[in-house]
Amino acid sequence: MSVLTFDPSGDPILERRRQIQSIAQASLGRRKAYSAVALGICWVFLVLAIIPLVAVIVYTFAKGIVAWNATFFTQVTKPEGIPDGGVANALVGTVIIGAVATAVTIPLGLLGGLFLAESDGRVASGIRFTADLMTGVPSILMGIFGYIALVKAFGYSGLIGAFAIGMIMLPIIMRACETAIRGVPGHLNEAGLALGARRFMIARRVILPAALPGIITGVLLAIARGVGETAPLLFTIFGNQYMQWNPTKPMDALPLVIYNNSSQPYPDLLQIAWGAALLLMAMVLVLSIGSRIVAARLQRERR
Amino acid sequence: MATTDTAPTGGEKRRHGRFSLSNGAYRVVLIVGAGIFAALVAWFLYSIVNQARPVFSALGVSWIFQPTWNPNLHEFGLLPFILGTIETTAIAMVLAVPIGLGTALSLAYLVPARVKVVLGSAVELLAAVPSVVYGLWGVVALAPLWREYVEPFLTSVLGWTGLFNGPNEGVGLLLAGTILFIMVLPTMVAISRDVLAVVPREQVEGAMALGATRWQVLRKVVLPDARTGLLGAFTLATGRALGETVAVALVIGNSNYIAHSLKSPAATLPSLIINNFGEASGTELAALFGAGLVLLVIGLGVNSIARVLVRGKTGAAGGATSVAVA
Repeated sequence: MSVLTFDPSGDPILERRRQIQSIAQASLGRRKAYSAVALGICWVFLVLAIIPLVAVIVYTFAKGIVAWNATFFTQVTKPEGIPDGGVANALVGTVIIGAVATAVTIPLGLLGGLFLAESDGRVASGIRFTADLMTGVPSILMGIFGYIALVKAFGYSGLIGAFAIGMIMLPIIMRACETAIRGVPGHLNEAGLALGARRFMIARRVILPAALPGIITGVLLAIARGVGETAPLLFTIFGNQYMQWNPTKPMDALPLVIYNNSSQPYPDLLQIAWGAALLLMAMVLVLSIGSRIVAARLQRERR
Repeated sequence: MATTDTAPTGGEKRRHGRFSLSNGAYRVVLIVGAGIFAALVAWFLYSIVNQARPVFSALGVSWIFQPTWNPNLHEFGLLPFILGTIETTAIAMVLAVPIGLGTALSLAYLVPARVKVVLGSAVELLAAVPSVVYGLWGVVALAPLWREYVEPFLTSVLGWTGLFNGPNEGVGLLLAGTILFIMVLPTMVAISRDVLAVVPREQVEGAMALGATRWQVLRKVVLPDARTGLLGAFTLATGRALGETVAVALVIGNSNYIAHSLKSPAATLPSLIINNFGEASGTELAALFGAGLVLLVIGLGVNSIARVLVRGKTGAAGGATSVAVA
């Protein structure tokens, strides 16, 4: 009746608000509980994912470090029962095969990456899609390819292994180069054009230096992927228990030693396999971490 | 900024065809580079198809789905290996999809920034660990554990399903699936995390402003937005699991018969090829190349789907990671 005798309990609007608040309060409690459970499951899955991945690294380290002694790095692989075996031949093979594959794929990948970054037609998107597909082709098929196309004609050799590994690395390097080159600001290119520079000159002096961090990262990651591959090598380099520096001959490689020894029942061969596994894993991790450091450092210098 | 805006030509197209190929020699060199790649791919496809041809002309197409592999009797059925490939991949994905998704969600939205950087890099590094190392670890460390503990436990709990009949052997479908799961996990987490991280910030904040709980934000905003990209990440991981060779060959037990239990030894298309290649000749060798061709067709199919789904979902930076780890 009068404004002065305002009674909040009877006001229908406030009453409605209180109802809504109590419903929301009840719902909030339920939603919060639900959220806590769901997020808890996410955390549990995170831990479940970390456990095996940490386990494989720790286990390999513990088993492999025992195998690392002087003869491990200086002697060639030896058959079961003969002491003081090593992996020197396999290490040489892995390094030479990796180096040849890298040396051939870098220029090709760079040109392919430049092509993809600088053209936009149907051909370019076709090649881009092909490159994406090739990164997903099972690596064993590259081994079969190397065998069919080259081993049948020339016999087993380290070079053909490098060819098969290179086929795996090439599409990765191409796409990484493309991404890096596309990241170069357009005005750098235009400044070069305005100065009257030829396109070769712009590519070499402007675009490639600016894209270098991305390119190096991509190349190192591709090498890391390539040197760890086993299946392509099984069909192409054959294995060789003697020291072989000549890549036109059958060679040995670390993944091959691991694969061949791991199905053996002999403890000494198994120990060599663990040592080789640790060595290979260390090489791959150094390449991956190195790629990050190089990229970060170059990025910082440029600023 | 200003310099790019003042450029008169290009307009919208500049984003992609930024440096148009006008200089003749330059253009030719680039086309040669890309052409070599295209030629290599063509050579690759031709080689595999050509070498598999004898088995198709001798046995038709139906041989692929015959249930028996017995080279002595001239039987080259691939069914056991196709099934083995599908079964190991299925086990891997049943484990990898929920765990990978939960991990990616945690990494993208739940863990503190510092932990995110450390774990994120660790995941990408793990994607580079060679598969043969996983295989060695599986056959030496996990196989005994599976024989003594995991398989008896699963048999006692899930034996009624009939999936766990037969002796506990350690090596077999189950261990192969588990190893594949562990191997594809880093790839899957790295790509899923990139996909999840590019969900527009405004949408996430908008949902929070409306009073959604953290899970509701993830469930109702982030996951639907990232759905296509996540599907692509799962498909990429599937493609990787399908084609894995040495790790599977080491832990699957290598039996040429159709498995009747998850504990049975089996074989996949890649493990068949790698185990029989050394001694094969004639039609058997052609049949192995035929198995390679089947694997190639499956692999290309799965990867085309994945690439179409992932494309454009992660942006340039995510794209780089995807290419590198996939």
